[in-house]
Amino acid sequence: MKIGVLVSEGPYTHQAADTAYKFVTAALAAGHEVPRVFFYHDGVNVATRLSVPPQDERHIQQNWTALAKEHGIDLVVCIAAAQRRGMLDENEANRQGKDASNIAEGFRISGLGQLIEMGIQTDRLVTFGD
Amino acid sequence: MSTLHTVNKSPFTTQALVSCLNHAKPGDAILMIEDGVYGGLGGTGLTEIIAEFGKNVSLYVLSPDLAARGFDAGRLIGEVEGVDYDGFVDLVTKHDRTQAWL
Amino acid sequence: MSDVKKFLYLNRRAPYGTIYALESLEVVLIGAAFEQDVALAFVDDGVFQLTKGQNTDGIGVKNFSPTFRALGDYDVQKLYVERESLEERGLSEDDLMEVVYEDEDDDWEEKPAIRVISRAEMADVMADADVVLSF
Repeated sequence: MKIGVLVSEGPYTHQAADTAYKFVTAALAAGHEVPRVFFYHDGVNVATRLSVPPQDERHIQQNWTALAKEHGIDLVVCIAAAQRRGMLDENEANRQGKDASNIAEGFRISGLGQLIEMGIQTDRLVTFGD
Repeated sequence: MSTLHTVNKSPFTTQALVSCLNHAKPGDAILMIEDGVYGGLGGTGLTEIIAEFGKNVSLYVLSPDLAARGFDAGRLIGEVEGVDYDGFVDLVTKHDRTQAWL
Repeated sequence: MSDVKKFLYLNRRAPYGTIYALESLEVVLIGAAFEQDVALAFVDDGVFQLTKGQNTDGIGVKNFSPTFRALGDYDVQKLYVERESLEERGLSEDDLMEVVYEDEDDDWEEKPAIRVISRAEMADVMADADVVLSF
């Protein structure tokens, strides 16, 4: 079965990104497809590559990047929500005249249409937020 | 056709669980996750009402979230069953849609 | 499965205190281009999103409530508001803004998009959706 996932809350403050990660891992292990995870609201902050948690804590962004690489998951960060919160990929940073970008490997910035498309193309959509 | 509802808030903080119970249909399932698992505990001010609703819908808590918060299945209302993440996935696939009560 | 899915946008939070209401509306506007069957549900504090007379001049936040009135232009025709949620909050339909759409099947007559329905009817609306997006 194809399962789409929406993460709508940021890392560390809320458990949403952790629960979503555990859920996706279990879904993949059970033989389901998770073609895309969409990050919205403060969920876009999961994608920062500048996060440096203490060494004895999980690294939420790196966990997602590794999982996506292993299973070919499309990690999409909403562009409108991302720009509000200072999350830019290199193209956007250049276009907006900013001196840095911060999107981690494995994540890509795109529009809300990707969320709707995920809802259309998957059999289930599961939301993790707060 | 049935729905899996997820609730991730303590029922002592927000209306999410009560509102969910008020809208769930017979045959639906409600999975309490994260802080939502407190809704599954027995002996609380809400136990009676939740157990009553549990006659029409299936009630679950995500066991790893319950354990993280210092409780085991023995503290759950009789109508509430613990599942792990694999069980969460099964519930998602078994029901036709998933609705989050954030 | 047909090509058109029923999308339900579930709004349970009040505006301005958090961004969810605004960013929910942004999804609705983008989603309208996908020609799916779209409905919005306003339950619990979500009903506060539709009050008329919102004025944000004093808080430094953009008043996005006029956008609801434009939804008809995006062919969004169903805004379901739960009667019990209104009553619990001391509100009635008179407190809500007017949202209309033009019915192409009825000589483009303007019709109200906001439909106040009971909790039981709201449960039916939810159970009828293919995809539920919660905000």
